[in-house]
Amino acid sequence: MNYFWDLFLGGLTRGSIYALIALGYTMVYGILQLINFAHGEIYMIAAFTALIVASILTMQGLTGFSVLILAGVIAILYAAAYGFTVEKIAYKPLRQASRLSPLISAIGMSIFLQNYVMLAQTSDFLPFPNLLPQSEFLDSISAWIGPSDFIIIVTSSVVMIALSLLLKFTKMGRAMRATAQDREMAMLTGVSVNRIISRTFIIGSALAAIGGLLIASHVGRINFYIGFNAGIKAFTAAVLGGIGSIPGAMLGGLVLGLAESFGTGYISSDYESVFAFTILILILILKPDGILGRSSQQKV
Amino acid sequence: MDLILDIKNLTMNFGGLKALDGVNLHIRQGEIAALIGPNGAGKTTLFNCLTGIYAPSSGDILLYQPGAKPKRLNGLKINTITSLGVARTFQNIRLFGGMTVLENVMIGRHARSKSGILGAIFRPPATRVEEKAIVDKSYAILEYIDLAPYVNELAKNLPYGAQRRLEIARALATEPRLLLLDEPAAGMNPQETRELEGLLVRLQADHELSILLIEHDMKLVMNLARNIFVLDYGEEIARGTPLEIRHNPAVIKAYLGEEADAEIG
Repeated sequence: MNYFWDLFLGGLTRGSIYALIALGYTMVYGILQLINFAHGEIYMIAAFTALIVASILTMQGLTGFSVLILAGVIAILYAAAYGFTVEKIAYKPLRQASRLSPLISAIGMSIFLQNYVMLAQTSDFLPFPNLLPQSEFLDSISAWIGPSDFIIIVTSSVVMIALSLLLKFTKMGRAMRATAQDREMAMLTGVSVNRIISRTFIIGSALAAIGGLLIASHVGRINFYIGFNAGIKAFTAAVLGGIGSIPGAMLGGLVLGLAESFGTGYISSDYESVFAFTILILILILKPDGILGRSSQQKV
Repeated sequence: MDLILDIKNLTMNFGGLKALDGVNLHIRQGEIAALIGPNGAGKTTLFNCLTGIYAPSSGDILLYQPGAKPKRLNGLKINTITSLGVARTFQNIRLFGGMTVLENVMIGRHARSKSGILGAIFRPPATRVEEKAIVDKSYAILEYIDLAPYVNELAKNLPYGAQRRLEIARALATEPRLLLLDEPAAGMNPQETRELEGLLVRLQADHELSILLIEHDMKLVMNLARNIFVLDYGEEIARGTPLEIRHNPAVIKAYLGEEADAEIG
Protein backbone atom coordinates (compact mmCIF):
# COMPACT_ATOMS: atom_id res chain seq x y z
CA MET A 1 0.00 0.00 0.00
CA ASN A 2 2.84 2.32 0.89
CA TYR A 3 4.58 1.52 -2.36
CA PHE A 4 1.36 2.17 -4.24
CA TRP A 5 1.01 5.56 -2.53
CA ASP A 6 4.58 6.50 -3.44
CA LEU A 7 3.98 5.60 -7.06
CA PHE A 8 0.71 7.49 -7.05
CA LEU A 9 2.36 10.64 -5.69
CA GLY A 10 5.27 10.29 -8.10
CA GLY A 11 2.78 10.01 -10.92
CA LEU A 12 0.87 13.09 -9.81
CA THR A 13 4.08 15.11 -9.55
CA ARG A 14 5.26 14.04 -12.96
CA GLY A 15 1.78 14.46 -14.39
CA SER A 16 1.40 18.01 -13.06
CA ILE A 17 4.56 19.02 -14.88
CA TYR A 18 3.41 17.33 -18.09
CA ALA A 19 0.10 19.11 -17.74
CA LEU A 20 1.75 22.52 -17.31
CA ILE A 21 3.77 22.03 -20.50
CA ALA A 22 0.91 20.38 -22.38
CA LEU A 23 -1.21 23.49 -21.82
CA GLY A 24 1.20 25.47 -23.99
CA TYR A 25 0.90 22.95 -26.83
CA THR A 26 -2.84 22.80 -26.63
CA MET A 27 -3.43 26.57 -26.41
CA VAL A 28 -1.25 27.25 -29.43
CA TYR A 29 -2.91 24.41 -31.32
CA GLY A 30 -6.36 25.71 -30.43
CA ILE A 31 -5.63 29.09 -31.93
CA LEU A 32 -3.20 28.38 -34.77
CA GLN A 33 -3.69 24.64 -35.46
CA LEU A 34 0.08 24.45 -35.11
CA ILE A 35 2.16 22.04 -33.04
CA ASN A 36 4.81 24.28 -31.54
CA PHE A 37 7.68 21.80 -31.36
CA ALA A 38 9.97 24.47 -29.90
CA HIS A 39 7.78 24.60 -26.79
CA GLY A 40 9.87 22.03 -24.87
CA GLU A 41 12.94 24.14 -25.49
CA ILE A 42 11.30 27.11 -23.77
CA TYR A 43 10.96 24.93 -20.69
CA MET A 44 14.62 23.99 -20.90
CA ILE A 45 15.70 27.61 -21.37
CA ALA A 46 13.69 28.60 -18.32
CA ALA A 47 15.53 26.00 -16.25
CA PHE A 48 18.91 27.26 -17.46
CA THR A 49 17.95 30.87 -16.81
CA ALA A 50 16.89 29.99 -13.28
CA LEU A 51 20.16 28.14 -12.74
CA ILE A 52 22.25 31.07 -13.93
CA VAL A 53 20.31 33.65 -11.93
CA ALA A 54 20.30 31.47 -8.82
CA SER A 55 24.07 30.93 -9.09
CA ILE A 56 24.71 34.66 -9.41
CA LEU A 57 22.43 35.47 -6.49
CA THR A 58 24.01 32.78 -4.33
CA MET A 59 27.44 34.22 -5.08
CA GLN A 60 26.09 37.60 -3.99
CA GLY A 61 25.29 36.00 -0.68
CA LEU A 62 21.52 35.72 -1.02
CA THR A 63 19.84 32.58 0.23
CA GLY A 64 16.55 30.81 0.55
CA PHE A 65 13.27 32.24 -0.45
CA SER A 66 14.52 35.43 -2.12
CA VAL A 67 16.66 33.38 -4.52
CA LEU A 68 13.67 31.24 -5.44
CA ILE A 69 11.42 34.23 -6.11
CA LEU A 70 13.97 36.29 -8.04
CA ALA A 71 15.27 33.37 -10.09
CA GLY A 72 11.72 32.20 -10.70
CA VAL A 73 10.38 35.55 -11.84
CA ILE A 74 13.33 36.27 -14.09
CA ALA A 75 13.20 32.77 -15.61
CA ILE A 76 9.47 33.09 -16.29
CA LEU A 77 9.81 36.53 -17.88
CA TYR A 78 12.79 35.41 -19.94
CA ALA A 79 10.98 32.29 -21.14
CA ALA A 80 7.88 34.32 -21.98
CA ALA A 81 10.04 36.70 -24.02
CA TYR A 82 11.53 33.69 -25.80
CA GLY A 83 8.09 32.29 -26.61
CA PHE A 84 6.97 35.69 -27.93
CA THR A 85 10.08 36.04 -30.09
CA VAL A 86 9.95 32.51 -31.46
CA GLU A 87 6.40 33.15 -32.66
CA LYS A 88 7.37 36.44 -34.31
CA ILE A 89 10.43 34.96 -36.04
CA ALA A 90 9.41 31.42 -36.91
CA TYR A 91 5.62 31.37 -37.25
CA LYS A 92 4.19 34.82 -37.97
CA PRO A 93 5.86 35.19 -41.40
CA LEU A 94 4.31 31.82 -42.31
CA ARG A 95 0.76 32.69 -41.23
CA GLN A 96 -0.54 32.45 -44.81
CA ALA A 97 1.60 29.48 -45.83
CA SER A 98 0.39 25.88 -45.96
CA ARG A 99 0.14 24.11 -42.62
CA LEU A 100 3.28 22.06 -43.17
CA SER A 101 5.59 25.10 -43.39
CA PRO A 102 5.20 26.40 -39.82
CA LEU A 103 5.46 22.83 -38.56
CA ILE A 104 8.85 22.43 -40.20
CA SER A 105 9.82 25.87 -38.97
CA ALA A 106 8.90 24.71 -35.45
CA ILE A 107 11.13 21.65 -35.68
CA GLY A 108 13.95 23.84 -37.00
CA MET A 109 13.48 26.25 -34.11
CA SER A 110 13.59 23.38 -31.64
CA ILE A 111 16.86 22.02 -33.05
CA PHE A 112 18.36 25.49 -33.19
CA LEU A 113 17.55 26.29 -29.56
CA GLN A 114 18.86 22.93 -28.30
CA ASN A 115 22.13 23.37 -30.10
CA TYR A 116 22.43 26.99 -29.09
CA VAL A 117 22.12 26.07 -25.41
CA MET A 118 24.46 23.13 -25.85
CA LEU A 119 27.12 25.42 -27.30
CA ALA A 120 26.52 28.26 -24.88
CA GLN A 121 26.49 25.99 -21.84
CA THR A 122 27.75 22.41 -22.12
CA SER A 123 26.31 19.11 -23.17
CA ASP A 124 26.92 17.72 -19.66
CA PHE A 125 24.37 17.61 -16.90
CA LEU A 126 24.69 20.58 -14.59
CA PRO A 127 23.66 20.36 -10.94
CA PHE A 128 20.57 22.42 -10.17
CA PRO A 129 20.21 23.79 -6.63
CA ASN A 130 17.09 22.86 -4.72
CA LEU A 131 15.28 26.18 -4.66
CA LEU A 132 12.09 24.84 -3.15
CA PRO A 133 11.61 26.18 0.36
CA GLN A 134 11.97 24.16 3.55
CA SER A 135 9.54 24.64 6.36
CA GLU A 136 8.30 22.96 9.51
CA PHE A 137 4.97 22.31 7.88
CA LEU A 138 6.62 20.44 5.01
CA ASP A 139 8.73 18.43 7.46
CA SER A 140 5.66 17.49 9.42
CA ILE A 141 3.96 15.98 6.38
CA SER A 142 7.11 14.43 4.93
CA ALA A 143 6.12 11.04 6.29
CA TRP A 144 3.54 10.61 3.58
CA ILE A 145 4.41 13.21 0.94
CA GLY A 146 7.84 14.51 -0.01
CA PRO A 147 8.26 18.30 0.29
CA SER A 148 9.02 18.86 -3.38
CA ASP A 149 6.19 16.57 -4.51
CA PHE A 150 3.85 18.59 -2.33
CA ILE A 151 5.08 21.94 -3.67
CA ILE A 152 4.93 20.80 -7.28
CA ILE A 153 1.40 19.43 -7.01
CA VAL A 154 0.09 22.47 -5.13
CA THR A 155 1.82 25.03 -7.36
CA SER A 156 0.66 23.38 -10.57
CA SER A 157 -2.89 23.12 -9.30
CA VAL A 158 -2.94 26.78 -8.35
CA VAL A 159 -1.48 27.83 -11.70
CA MET A 160 -3.97 25.70 -13.64
CA ILE A 161 -6.92 27.02 -11.66
CA ALA A 162 -5.67 30.56 -12.26
CA LEU A 163 -5.42 29.86 -16.00
CA SER A 164 -8.95 28.48 -16.09
CA LEU A 165 -10.26 31.58 -14.32
CA LEU A 166 -8.31 33.82 -16.69
CA LEU A 167 -9.84 32.10 -19.70
CA LYS A 168 -13.31 32.03 -18.24
CA PHE A 169 -13.67 35.46 -16.73
CA THR A 170 -11.36 37.99 -18.36
CA LYS A 171 -11.67 39.95 -21.53
CA MET A 172 -8.46 38.42 -22.81
CA GLY A 173 -9.72 34.92 -22.00
CA ARG A 174 -12.93 35.55 -23.89
CA ALA A 175 -11.00 36.85 -26.87
CA MET A 176 -8.77 33.77 -26.80
CA ARG A 177 -11.75 31.42 -26.70
CA ALA A 178 -13.46 33.33 -29.48
CA THR A 179 -10.32 33.25 -31.62
CA ALA A 180 -10.01 29.51 -31.13
CA GLN A 181 -13.60 29.00 -32.27
CA ASP A 182 -13.59 31.26 -35.33
CA ARG A 183 -10.56 33.42 -36.00
CA GLU A 184 -12.12 35.54 -38.74
CA MET A 185 -15.28 36.18 -36.74
CA ALA A 186 -13.19 37.17 -33.72
CA MET A 187 -11.45 39.78 -35.87
CA LEU A 188 -14.82 41.02 -37.09
CA THR A 189 -15.83 41.66 -33.51
CA GLY A 190 -12.71 43.77 -33.08
CA VAL A 191 -10.26 41.27 -31.61
CA SER A 192 -6.70 41.85 -32.77
CA VAL A 193 -5.82 38.26 -33.53
CA ASN A 194 -2.08 38.88 -33.83
CA ARG A 195 -2.07 40.23 -30.32
CA ILE A 196 -4.05 37.25 -29.05
CA ILE A 197 -1.60 34.87 -30.70
CA SER A 198 1.34 36.66 -29.05
CA ARG A 199 -0.36 36.47 -25.68
CA THR A 200 -1.06 32.79 -26.13
CA PHE A 201 2.64 32.18 -26.68
CA ILE A 202 3.57 34.34 -23.69
CA ILE A 203 1.18 32.54 -21.35
CA GLY A 204 2.08 29.08 -22.67
CA SER A 205 5.79 29.83 -22.26
CA ALA A 206 5.31 31.16 -18.74
CA LEU A 207 3.49 27.94 -17.79
CA ALA A 208 6.28 25.85 -19.28
CA ALA A 209 8.81 27.95 -17.36
CA ILE A 210 7.03 27.27 -14.09
CA GLY A 211 7.12 23.56 -14.94
CA GLY A 212 10.80 23.78 -15.82
CA LEU A 213 11.69 25.45 -12.57
CA LEU A 214 9.77 23.00 -10.43
CA ILE A 215 11.08 19.87 -12.08
CA ALA A 216 14.69 21.08 -12.28
CA SER A 217 14.59 21.77 -8.56
CA HIS A 218 13.03 18.38 -7.94
CA VAL A 219 15.38 16.32 -10.10
CA GLY A 220 18.45 18.41 -9.29
CA ARG A 221 20.20 18.42 -12.65
CA ILE A 222 19.61 19.81 -16.14
CA ASN A 223 21.09 19.70 -19.61
CA PHE A 224 20.16 20.99 -23.05
CA TYR A 225 18.15 17.87 -23.86
CA ILE A 226 15.58 17.92 -21.03
CA GLY A 227 13.27 20.14 -23.09
CA PHE A 228 13.05 17.66 -25.91
CA ASN A 229 12.17 14.78 -23.58
CA ALA A 230 9.65 16.69 -21.51
CA GLY A 231 8.26 18.35 -24.63
CA ILE A 232 7.52 15.11 -26.41
CA LYS A 233 5.90 13.66 -23.28
CA ALA A 234 3.79 16.77 -22.77
CA PHE A 235 2.81 16.67 -26.42
CA THR A 236 1.68 13.08 -25.86
CA ALA A 237 -0.31 14.28 -22.86
CA ALA A 238 -1.96 17.00 -24.96
CA VAL A 239 -2.94 14.51 -27.68
CA LEU A 240 -4.10 12.04 -25.04
CA GLY A 241 -6.45 14.61 -23.51
CA GLY A 242 -7.59 15.93 -26.88
CA ILE A 243 -5.38 18.57 -28.48
CA GLY A 244 -6.95 22.01 -28.43
CA SER A 245 -8.76 21.24 -25.19
CA ILE A 246 -7.59 22.95 -21.99
CA PRO A 247 -9.13 20.50 -19.49
CA GLY A 248 -7.92 17.76 -21.85
CA ALA A 249 -4.31 18.88 -21.47
CA MET A 250 -4.60 18.87 -17.69
CA LEU A 251 -6.25 15.47 -17.59
CA GLY A 252 -3.91 14.03 -20.23
CA GLY A 253 -0.87 15.16 -18.23
CA LEU A 254 -2.08 13.50 -15.06
CA VAL A 255 -3.10 10.26 -16.80
CA LEU A 256 0.24 10.05 -18.56
CA GLY A 257 2.19 10.80 -15.38
CA LEU A 258 0.33 8.14 -13.42
CA ALA A 259 0.65 5.57 -16.21
CA GLU A 260 4.40 6.13 -16.39
CA SER A 261 4.79 6.00 -12.65
CA PHE A 262 2.82 2.79 -12.17
CA GLY A 263 4.35 1.25 -15.28
CA THR A 264 7.89 1.84 -14.09
CA GLY A 265 7.01 0.83 -10.54
CA TYR A 266 5.21 -2.41 -11.23
CA ILE A 267 6.71 -3.55 -14.53
CA SER A 268 10.15 -2.17 -15.22
CA SER A 269 11.83 1.21 -15.03
CA ASP A 270 13.70 0.40 -18.23
CA TYR A 271 10.49 0.95 -20.15
CA GLU A 272 9.63 4.42 -18.87
CA SER A 273 9.25 6.04 -22.28
CA VAL A 274 7.76 2.93 -23.79
CA PHE A 275 4.66 3.42 -21.63
CA ALA A 276 4.20 7.01 -22.76
CA PHE A 277 4.55 6.29 -26.44
CA THR A 278 2.50 3.11 -26.33
CA ILE A 279 -0.29 5.27 -24.94
CA LEU A 280 0.28 7.81 -27.74
CA ILE A 281 0.06 5.14 -30.42
CA LEU A 282 -3.00 3.52 -28.87
CA ILE A 283 -4.85 6.80 -28.52
CA LEU A 284 -4.07 7.75 -32.10
CA ILE A 285 -5.45 4.43 -33.31
CA LEU A 286 -8.44 4.08 -31.01
CA LYS A 287 -9.56 7.62 -30.21
CA PRO A 288 -7.66 10.16 -32.32
CA ASP A 289 -9.63 13.04 -30.81
CA GLY A 290 -8.32 12.24 -27.33
CA ILE A 291 -10.18 11.75 -24.06
CA LEU A 292 -11.94 15.12 -24.20
CA GLY A 293 -11.98 15.34 -27.96
CA ARG A 294 -13.50 17.92 -30.26
CA SER A 295 -17.13 17.43 -29.45
CA SER A 296 -17.01 18.18 -25.74
CA GLN A 297 -14.16 20.59 -25.45
CA GLN A 298 -13.54 24.05 -24.20
CA LYS A 299 -10.80 24.97 -26.55
CA VAL A 300 -8.34 27.77 -26.76
CA MET B 1 -27.90 64.25 -45.97
CA ASP B 2 -24.24 63.37 -45.54
CA LEU B 3 -22.71 60.22 -46.91
CA ILE B 4 -21.35 57.54 -44.60
CA LEU B 5 -20.11 55.11 -47.23
CA ASP B 6 -18.96 55.74 -50.77
CA ILE B 7 -17.83 52.84 -52.94
CA LYS B 8 -16.24 53.85 -56.21
CA ASN B 9 -15.51 51.58 -59.11
CA LEU B 10 -14.94 48.54 -56.90
CA THR B 11 -13.55 45.50 -58.71
CA MET B 12 -12.74 42.12 -57.22
CA ASN B 13 -11.06 39.45 -59.35
CA PHE B 14 -10.66 35.82 -58.37
CA GLY B 15 -8.25 34.56 -60.99
CA GLY B 16 -10.12 35.14 -64.23
CA LEU B 17 -13.48 35.63 -62.58
CA LYS B 18 -14.74 39.14 -61.98
CA ALA B 19 -16.89 38.78 -58.87
CA LEU B 20 -17.35 42.54 -58.73
CA ASP B 21 -16.89 44.73 -61.79
CA GLY B 22 -16.74 48.47 -61.27
CA VAL B 23 -19.45 48.68 -58.64
CA ASN B 24 -20.50 52.11 -57.34
CA LEU B 25 -22.59 52.37 -54.22
CA HIS B 26 -23.19 54.99 -51.57
CA ILE B 27 -25.10 55.11 -48.33
CA ARG B 28 -26.24 58.23 -46.55
CA GLN B 29 -25.94 58.77 -42.83
CA GLY B 30 -28.80 57.10 -40.97
CA GLU B 31 -30.32 55.47 -44.03
CA ILE B 32 -31.39 51.88 -44.62
CA ALA B 33 -30.25 50.74 -48.04
CA ALA B 34 -30.58 47.33 -49.62
CA LEU B 35 -28.39 45.34 -51.94
CA ILE B 36 -30.28 42.78 -53.98
CA GLY B 37 -29.60 40.52 -56.90
CA PRO B 38 -29.77 36.88 -57.95
CA ASN B 39 -27.55 34.26 -56.29
CA GLY B 40 -23.91 34.68 -57.25
CA ALA B 41 -24.34 38.34 -58.14
CA GLY B 42 -21.46 39.34 -55.83
CA LYS B 43 -23.40 40.72 -52.88
CA THR B 44 -21.54 38.82 -50.18
CA THR B 45 -18.26 39.47 -52.00
CA LEU B 46 -19.00 43.16 -51.64
CA PHE B 47 -19.50 42.71 -47.88
CA ASN B 48 -16.26 40.76 -47.68
CA CYS B 49 -14.41 43.59 -49.43
CA LEU B 50 -16.03 46.12 -47.14
CA THR B 51 -15.04 44.33 -43.94
CA GLY B 52 -11.46 43.55 -44.94
CA ILE B 53 -11.89 39.81 -45.46
CA TYR B 54 -10.94 40.34 -49.11
CA ALA B 55 -8.55 42.97 -50.39
CA PRO B 56 -10.29 44.47 -53.46
CA SER B 57 -8.45 44.32 -56.77
CA SER B 58 -9.16 47.95 -57.53
CA GLY B 59 -11.45 50.82 -56.66
CA ASP B 60 -12.07 52.75 -53.47
CA ILE B 61 -14.12 52.10 -50.36
CA LEU B 62 -14.46 55.34 -48.42
CA LEU B 63 -15.93 55.49 -44.94
CA TYR B 64 -16.87 59.00 -43.85
CA GLN B 65 -15.95 59.90 -40.29
CA PRO B 66 -17.63 62.67 -38.31
CA GLY B 67 -15.35 65.70 -38.35
CA ALA B 68 -12.52 63.97 -40.18
CA LYS B 69 -11.43 63.10 -43.66
CA PRO B 70 -13.01 59.98 -45.18
CA LYS B 71 -11.05 56.82 -44.46
CA ARG B 72 -10.10 54.46 -47.27
CA LEU B 73 -10.87 50.92 -46.10
CA ASN B 74 -9.09 49.00 -48.86
CA GLY B 75 -6.48 46.62 -47.42
CA LEU B 76 -7.05 47.52 -43.77
CA LYS B 77 -7.07 44.74 -41.19
CA ILE B 78 -10.45 43.24 -40.35
CA ASN B 79 -10.36 44.34 -36.72
CA THR B 80 -9.23 47.85 -37.68
CA ILE B 81 -12.29 48.24 -39.89
CA THR B 82 -14.46 47.01 -37.02
CA SER B 83 -13.01 49.62 -34.70
CA LEU B 84 -13.69 52.29 -37.34
CA GLY B 85 -17.38 51.49 -36.92
CA VAL B 86 -18.38 48.85 -39.47
CA ALA B 87 -20.05 45.67 -38.22
CA ARG B 88 -21.69 42.79 -40.03
CA THR B 89 -23.68 39.61 -39.67
CA PHE B 90 -23.47 36.49 -41.79
CA GLN B 91 -25.85 34.66 -44.05
CA ASN B 92 -24.91 31.39 -42.36
CA ILE B 93 -24.93 32.13 -38.64
CA ARG B 94 -21.44 32.41 -37.17
CA LEU B 95 -21.88 32.71 -33.44
CA PHE B 96 -19.32 31.50 -30.93
CA GLY B 97 -21.44 28.42 -30.22
CA GLY B 98 -19.49 27.23 -27.19
CA MET B 99 -19.85 30.55 -25.39
CA THR B 100 -22.88 31.96 -23.61
CA VAL B 101 -25.18 34.54 -25.14
CA LEU B 102 -23.78 37.17 -22.81
CA GLU B 103 -20.19 36.28 -23.68
CA ASN B 104 -20.96 36.51 -27.38
CA VAL B 105 -22.09 40.09 -26.91
CA MET B 106 -19.24 40.89 -24.50
CA ILE B 107 -16.75 39.84 -27.18
CA GLY B 108 -18.25 42.55 -29.34
CA ARG B 109 -17.15 45.11 -26.73
CA HIS B 110 -13.54 44.13 -27.35
CA ALA B 111 -12.94 46.89 -29.87
CA ARG B 112 -14.24 49.48 -27.40
CA SER B 113 -12.27 48.53 -24.30
CA LYS B 114 -8.64 48.78 -23.29
CA SER B 115 -7.42 46.36 -20.63
CA GLY B 116 -4.66 44.02 -21.78
CA ILE B 117 -2.64 41.11 -20.50
CA LEU B 118 -1.47 42.75 -17.27
CA GLY B 119 -5.00 43.84 -16.48
CA ALA B 120 -6.19 40.28 -17.00
CA ILE B 121 -3.59 38.87 -14.61
CA PHE B 122 -3.48 41.49 -11.86
CA ARG B 123 -7.05 42.81 -12.13
CA PRO B 124 -6.49 46.38 -10.94
CA PRO B 125 -9.60 48.45 -10.10
CA ALA B 126 -9.63 50.08 -13.56
CA THR B 127 -9.95 46.65 -15.18
CA ARG B 128 -12.73 45.62 -12.86
CA VAL B 129 -14.65 48.84 -13.50
CA GLU B 130 -14.23 48.35 -17.23
CA GLU B 131 -15.31 44.71 -17.00
CA LYS B 132 -18.44 45.75 -15.14
CA ALA B 133 -19.18 48.37 -17.78
CA ILE B 134 -18.81 45.70 -20.47
CA VAL B 135 -21.28 43.43 -18.68
CA ASP B 136 -23.78 46.27 -18.12
CA LYS B 137 -23.61 47.43 -21.71
CA SER B 138 -23.97 43.86 -22.99
CA TYR B 139 -27.02 43.30 -20.79
CA ALA B 140 -28.55 46.52 -22.09
CA ILE B 141 -28.05 45.40 -25.69
CA LEU B 142 -29.59 41.99 -24.94
CA GLU B 143 -32.58 43.69 -23.31
CA TYR B 144 -32.96 45.97 -26.31
CA ILE B 145 -32.98 43.02 -28.67
CA ASP B 146 -35.27 40.87 -26.50
CA LEU B 147 -32.66 38.25 -25.73
CA ALA B 148 -32.49 38.90 -21.99
CA PRO B 149 -34.14 35.56 -21.04
CA TYR B 150 -31.30 33.70 -22.75
CA VAL B 151 -28.25 35.47 -21.23
CA ASN B 152 -26.61 32.40 -19.72
CA GLU B 153 -27.56 29.87 -22.39
CA LEU B 154 -24.91 28.58 -24.75
CA ALA B 155 -25.34 30.34 -28.09
CA LYS B 156 -25.60 27.05 -29.97
CA ASN B 157 -28.65 26.00 -27.91
CA LEU B 158 -30.75 29.02 -28.92
CA PRO B 159 -33.72 28.75 -31.26
CA TYR B 160 -32.96 29.81 -34.80
CA GLY B 161 -34.62 33.21 -34.76
CA ALA B 162 -32.88 34.09 -31.49
CA GLN B 163 -29.51 33.10 -32.96
CA ARG B 164 -30.13 35.51 -35.82
CA ARG B 165 -30.94 38.29 -33.37
CA LEU B 166 -27.87 37.43 -31.29
CA GLU B 167 -25.71 37.97 -34.37
CA ILE B 168 -27.19 41.45 -34.63
CA ALA B 169 -26.69 42.02 -30.89
CA ARG B 170 -23.03 41.07 -31.15
CA ALA B 171 -22.58 43.38 -34.11
CA LEU B 172 -24.25 46.22 -32.19
CA ALA B 173 -21.89 45.69 -29.26
CA THR B 174 -19.02 46.94 -31.43
CA GLU B 175 -20.85 50.30 -31.65
CA PRO B 176 -21.03 50.43 -35.42
CA ARG B 177 -22.04 53.47 -37.42
CA LEU B 178 -22.61 51.26 -40.43
CA LEU B 179 -24.25 47.87 -40.00
CA LEU B 180 -24.05 45.28 -42.77
CA LEU B 181 -26.69 42.56 -42.59
CA ASP B 182 -26.30 39.54 -44.86
CA GLU B 183 -29.75 37.98 -45.34
CA PRO B 184 -30.94 38.56 -41.79
CA ALA B 185 -34.37 37.11 -42.55
CA ALA B 186 -33.10 33.92 -44.19
CA GLY B 187 -34.92 30.91 -42.74
CA MET B 188 -37.25 33.01 -40.60
CA ASN B 189 -41.00 32.47 -40.50
CA PRO B 190 -43.27 35.43 -41.40
CA GLN B 191 -43.80 36.27 -37.73
CA GLU B 192 -40.04 36.41 -37.04
CA THR B 193 -39.49 38.44 -40.20
CA ARG B 194 -42.05 41.02 -39.03
CA GLU B 195 -40.27 41.25 -35.69
CA LEU B 196 -36.96 41.69 -37.45
CA GLU B 197 -38.41 44.48 -39.53
CA GLY B 198 -39.61 46.23 -36.38
CA LEU B 199 -36.19 45.81 -34.79
CA LEU B 200 -34.35 47.31 -37.75
CA VAL B 201 -36.68 50.29 -37.89
CA ARG B 202 -36.16 50.81 -34.16
CA LEU B 203 -32.37 50.54 -34.52
CA GLN B 204 -32.21 53.05 -37.28
CA ALA B 205 -34.49 55.47 -35.42
CA ASP B 206 -32.90 55.12 -31.95
CA HIS B 207 -29.26 55.09 -32.97
CA GLU B 208 -29.23 56.85 -36.34
CA LEU B 209 -27.56 53.74 -37.57
CA SER B 210 -26.86 53.36 -41.27
CA ILE B 211 -27.77 49.90 -42.48
CA LEU B 212 -26.92 48.06 -45.67
CA LEU B 213 -29.03 44.98 -46.11
CA ILE B 214 -28.63 41.99 -48.39
CA GLU B 215 -31.98 40.26 -48.56
CA HIS B 216 -34.04 38.02 -50.79
CA ASP B 217 -37.31 38.70 -48.99
CA MET B 218 -38.60 41.43 -51.31
CA LYS B 219 -41.41 42.45 -49.03
CA LEU B 220 -38.90 43.20 -46.27
CA VAL B 221 -36.62 45.06 -48.67
CA MET B 222 -39.43 47.17 -50.13
CA ASN B 223 -40.74 48.04 -46.66
CA LEU B 224 -37.39 49.01 -45.18
CA ALA B 225 -35.06 50.38 -47.79
CA ARG B 226 -35.11 53.92 -49.09
CA ASN B 227 -32.52 53.12 -51.65
CA ILE B 228 -31.93 49.84 -53.45
CA PHE B 229 -28.90 48.72 -55.42
CA VAL B 230 -29.21 45.75 -57.74
CA LEU B 231 -26.24 43.61 -58.70
CA ASP B 232 -26.09 40.94 -61.38
CA TYR B 233 -22.93 39.05 -62.38
CA GLY B 234 -20.83 41.51 -60.38
CA GLU B 235 -22.19 44.58 -62.14
CA GLU B 236 -24.63 47.14 -60.94
CA ILE B 237 -27.70 46.93 -63.15
CA ALA B 238 -30.01 49.34 -61.36
CA ARG B 239 -30.42 51.64 -58.40
CA GLY B 240 -33.28 53.65 -57.05
CA THR B 241 -36.23 53.80 -54.71
CA PRO B 242 -38.35 50.69 -54.12
CA LEU B 243 -40.92 51.98 -56.57
CA GLU B 244 -38.35 52.54 -59.31
CA ILE B 245 -36.76 49.14 -58.76
CA ARG B 246 -40.11 47.38 -58.79
CA HIS B 247 -40.77 48.52 -62.34
CA ASN B 248 -37.23 48.45 -63.69
CA PRO B 249 -37.13 46.14 -66.75
CA ALA B 250 -33.45 45.19 -66.23
CA VAL B 251 -34.19 44.05 -62.69
CA ILE B 252 -37.23 42.07 -63.72
CA LYS B 253 -35.18 40.43 -66.44
CA ALA B 254 -32.33 39.54 -64.07
CA TYR B 255 -34.71 38.00 -61.58
CA LEU B 256 -37.20 36.28 -63.82
CA GLY B 257 -35.40 35.69 -67.10
CA GLU B 258 -35.78 36.94 -70.65
CA GLU B 259 -39.46 36.35 -71.29
CA ALA B 260 -40.91 37.66 -68.09
CA ASP B 261 -42.89 40.81 -67.88
CA ALA B 262 -44.17 40.32 -64.39
CA GLU B 263 -43.46 42.74 -61.59
CA ILE B 264 -41.35 41.80 -58.66
CA GLY B 265 -42.28 42.45 -55.07
